[in-house]
Amino acid sequence: MSEDVPHAHVHAHDAQSQAHAHEHGTGSPPEPDGQPWIELEHLHYRYPDGTDALRGVDLAVARGEKVALIGPNGAGKSTLMLHLNGILEPTHGRVRVGGVTVNRGSVGRIRAQVGLVFQDPDDQLFSPTVLEDVAFGPLHMGVPEEQIHALVERALGAVGMSGSERRRPHHLSLGQRKRVAMASVLSMDPSVLVFDEPSAGLDPRGRRELIDLMRTMPQTMLVATHDMRLVAEVMPRSVVMDDGVVVADGPTERILADAALLEAHGLERP
Amino acid sequence: MHAADARLKFVLVIGSIVAIALVPPGAFPALGVAFAALMVASASAHLGPFRLARGAFIALPFLLAAVPLIFLREGDPLGTLRLGPVDLTVHGEGLRAFGTIAAKSWLSVQAALLLTYTTPFHELVDALRKLRVPEVMVAIIGFMYRYLAVLSEEVGRLMRARASRSAAAPGRRAGGSLAWRARVTGGMVGTLFLHSYERSERIHSAMLARGFTGTFRHFHGRPLTGGEWLAGALIVVALVTFELAAQRWLPRL
Repeated sequence: MSEDVPHAHVHAHDAQSQAHAHEHGTGSPPEPDGQPWIELEHLHYRYPDGTDALRGVDLAVARGEKVALIGPNGAGKSTLMLHLNGILEPTHGRVRVGGVTVNRGSVGRIRAQVGLVFQDPDDQLFSPTVLEDVAFGPLHMGVPEEQIHALVERALGAVGMSGSERRRPHHLSLGQRKRVAMASVLSMDPSVLVFDEPSAGLDPRGRRELIDLMRTMPQTMLVATHDMRLVAEVMPRSVVMDDGVVVADGPTERILADAALLEAHGLERP
Repeated sequence: MHAADARLKFVLVIGSIVAIALVPPGAFPALGVAFAALMVASASAHLGPFRLARGAFIALPFLLAAVPLIFLREGDPLGTLRLGPVDLTVHGEGLRAFGTIAAKSWLSVQAALLLTYTTPFHELVDALRKLRVPEVMVAIIGFMYRYLAVLSEEVGRLMRARASRSAAAPGRRAGGSLAWRARVTGGMVGTLFLHSYERSERIHSAMLARGFTGTFRHFHGRPLTGGEWLAGALIVVALVTFELAAQRWLPRL
């Protein structure tokens, strides 16, 4: 993949997606100044076995912001991500996306707004062909069939996988599967992308392609990762979590320069 | 053959298997006709005339179950084998029944192979759905197809991990007892089950995250054309004619 191609695709995608959102009325009205796009208020979550995974998380992310979520294993990053589109419901507190509170009534709308990309693409790509996987979201959102093929084509184009509709997921490389997994949420035209360990298991070239791709994507992004170089290159803002709470939040440059902070929470400098 | 609609091929193959199964015992000429038809189909699918016939031998071991028929189905005794205290009498009637079963199963497997060799699996899954097979079953088959490769890779990793720790110290018997090895294998199966179970939960989350609410939705695809309906009708007529010939007109041995 050349570095220029995804740029072109993604910008085209951006312009189209904005237009698409307005003409169908699925996009929210432009936010008032300073109003965050994602808002977590006093988020608590206790797993059925009694473990407190989140103990009061407050976080606000502006539209278009790219935020890294870093912290040791078990800090609550994945649990937090599953709250962003209502897969998990908070024990206390609330989640708002685009001004809409996530609850049973709004979960359908929220899932169209927030695309979750899971760590293992084999969990996300469960259909016999790439086409069916990328079409799964739009089909279940009730998008008319005639429009779906165009959405699929655009989503695959945005991740540099054009023309792979008829391929089978298990015939693709890990890097390709990761990109198809991204396409499978991009086809739903979300305003927020949430990634769990996007670079895990990729070889240097696959990782480089992924980083270039993520830098050019216009969506609001929340990325849980241990890959500090990815954080340094793509995310201007970092949030450090440990033991179910946010322990630091600020510009990535400052966070990654704070050796004492990183060491205290089992992280390392890039 | 490769380009034909999977729904037609599915009806043809399942219909053929049913028709072959209903052929009366000893109707070898009818089974010969079926074999000839399969050879023609195989050749027209660019598989070569004998590819199916060879491939179908894979089901041969299952025929062992029918071997006792040779001795148990009475009539027309041909001779007796003496095996110590047991006398086994070979009956002509039993031999005929066994031969029929052997030929039928061999031909049925050929028909099934024809379908799998000429149809990509996802088209087959789609065809099942359009033929109104219950969605739950189709979904299970689809998931099985998707995750069989993932699962077998996982088995491969577990086996390699075990093999790399199955060392032998000089002068000692390695490998442990049978019971111990069985326990290790049991543990591996358990691990595999747990991994698959956890994966299924993650897959479910991934489905929910993309708007799944409990009912599957699919592309409607194209309806059958007039020509395809005609081909379907011809298939049914041909199969019924074959069955009548086998039951009424063709000789039996």
